[in-house]
Amino acid sequence: MAASVPASNGAIGSVEAAPVKSGLLRRIWRNKAVAVGGGLLLAIVFVAIFAPWLSPHDPYVQDLTNRTVPPFWDEKGSWLHPLGTDPLGRDYLSRLLYGARISLLIGISVALISGLIGTTMGMLAGYFGGKTDMLVSFMVTTRLSMPVILVALATVAIIGGSLWVVILVLGLLKWDRFAVVMRSATQQVRSLDYVAAAQAAGASTPRVLLGEVLPNVLPHLIVVATLEAASAILLEAALSFLGLGVQPPLPSWGLMISEAKSYMFFSFWLIAIPGTALALLIFSINLAGDGLRDMFAPDGRS
Amino acid sequence: MSANLSAGVSANSSMSVNANLPSGVSANDAVLDVQGMSVDIATPRGTLHAVRNVSFQVGRGETLCIVGESGCGKSITSLAIMSLLPRAAQRSAKRLAFLGEDLAQASARRINALRGNKMAMIFQEPMTALNPAYTIGNQLMEPYLHHRGGGQAEARERAVELLGKVGIASAAERLGQYPHQLSGGLRQRVMIAMALMCGPELLIADEPSTALDVTIQAQILRLLADLQKDLGIAMVLITHDLGVVARIAHRVAVMYAGEVVEEGTAERLFASPRHPYTRGLLSCIPVPGRTARGGRLGTIAGVVPSLVGDFRGCGFRDRCAHAQPVCEQTVPVRSLENHSWRCILDEVPA
Repeated sequence: MAASVPASNGAIGSVEAAPVKSGLLRRIWRNKAVAVGGGLLLAIVFVAIFAPWLSPHDPYVQDLTNRTVPPFWDEKGSWLHPLGTDPLGRDYLSRLLYGARISLLIGISVALISGLIGTTMGMLAGYFGGKTDMLVSFMVTTRLSMPVILVALATVAIIGGSLWVVILVLGLLKWDRFAVVMRSATQQVRSLDYVAAAQAAGASTPRVLLGEVLPNVLPHLIVVATLEAASAILLEAALSFLGLGVQPPLPSWGLMISEAKSYMFFSFWLIAIPGTALALLIFSINLAGDGLRDMFAPDGRS
Repeated sequence: MSANLSAGVSANSSMSVNANLPSGVSANDAVLDVQGMSVDIATPRGTLHAVRNVSFQVGRGETLCIVGESGCGKSITSLAIMSLLPRAAQRSAKRLAFLGEDLAQASARRINALRGNKMAMIFQEPMTALNPAYTIGNQLMEPYLHHRGGGQAEARERAVELLGKVGIASAAERLGQYPHQLSGGLRQRVMIAMALMCGPELLIADEPSTALDVTIQAQILRLLADLQKDLGIAMVLITHDLGVVARIAHRVAVMYAGEVVEEGTAERLFASPRHPYTRGLLSCIPVPGRTARGGRLGTIAGVVPSLVGDFRGCGFRDRCAHAQPVCEQTVPVRSLENHSWRCILDEVPA
């Protein structure tokens, strides 16, 4: 039995090897999904940022004497244009590197815009419940009843396509999953004692929402954000493929695929190269997102 | 605490007989003064009267234990005092005063300024009452920085001091740990330290030991009792463990079906329980030496009545051996010195 004076209650479980924070890098390394996906993603981000220094040519300069030059592995190819040229004689590698910028820009901005809208709505609905919840749920249902690609097509057709229009339209359309996931995650966290404990400690509602709830729903948010970024990149590619997304001569990967489709049977690399790049990007984002979720989940921290 | 035990009814003599459960502390001296508090919860089946006309006072340096079985409104009472009720619940009170300040009229901002600062609460479930996203140190220091201002270093020093006080070894190293690295008993100690960070006047502990195993329960309750004595704070301890009550309570309020059915000093209440329900509760506990070996412990047959819709009369009448037709009417409160009970009988026939 414990002694009667609290100060002398004494040694209750001494500290056993306090864990260190630098374990994060080791945890990433142990989680192969994050290591591979994150590594690939970092490589693509690096390429996108340093595109002007990495690309051998100007991506916009046409050279009509050197049209559809095949890549280096073909016997007619050359190292002058490592990935060949497109039907207007523009260097394909340079266009691919610059195209990474467009894809990443779209993925990140759309995830940010829609994430901000959806997270706000979802957290408010999950925390307050009642009428707020009903309103948000109604808005989500309404939004879900509209096919994204159709609305995006109609809007872009009316306003006219450009990079920023695509980003805004997708950003304003893709918040539904954020709202749904954040709502249920917030509902779960909201009923836990530490939210009541924070209120009992005098925290105001915004403080509880941002300080107590948000850090605990963050793992869910990260996963949804990666999935949505990947899906936004694909949607941009689809819109560009349909001619309503990014407008030429900007080198978007979707647009490159679209421009190459009439040459598919003669110069297959024109469609295969941006297609592979797109697939790799989506793959790496999804892998990293999945791995991050696993990393956050197991040790009871989420 | 017994120095200021007066007749105690003077402060609320204007109340109806029904609301008038006299208490041992005079109103000006009370840290917490609850008079005629009710909580109604809207449910699909009708209004649930979870707490009905509850009155009690807690003075400085005094421990009030609220006992009763599950669902009798103990926790709702504590949440109502802290203004932490769920939205469907509606609180009403003739008087709900903390340090003389009327909480029923106070703004949300004012209540936030009091909570965690002057009034603190310890929750039942230490496993979920700490935020898994922050270190122990962060969570200990946060309310202090929030209410008191002051520097990080000062808050840290206070956190280490309090962790030591609640009996946690190597407190400074603990500050960097996350809740999942601590055992249940340690977490509850951290919760207690957190509640004490700003030096509260009132500490409400809602079954602080229920989720812990038995040996740790005893330690935690002993710790709470010692801290209460050392710091001279007013404590409301909610529990259903009468053994605990007998050891650390100064005053005891027995709740049944949302009402306080009996209230008095611990010695009196245990020595001569007046309400049949209290008597029934006490007969459920084995007492070494007094309970016959191999004999049956007491039980209370039946279940708690539903409190949905209109409910009149004594809540215990369906389970009471001494029930009479008059129990269906509103039951008066009887009192004798500092002991009061809500029953038609002066004394339960043995």
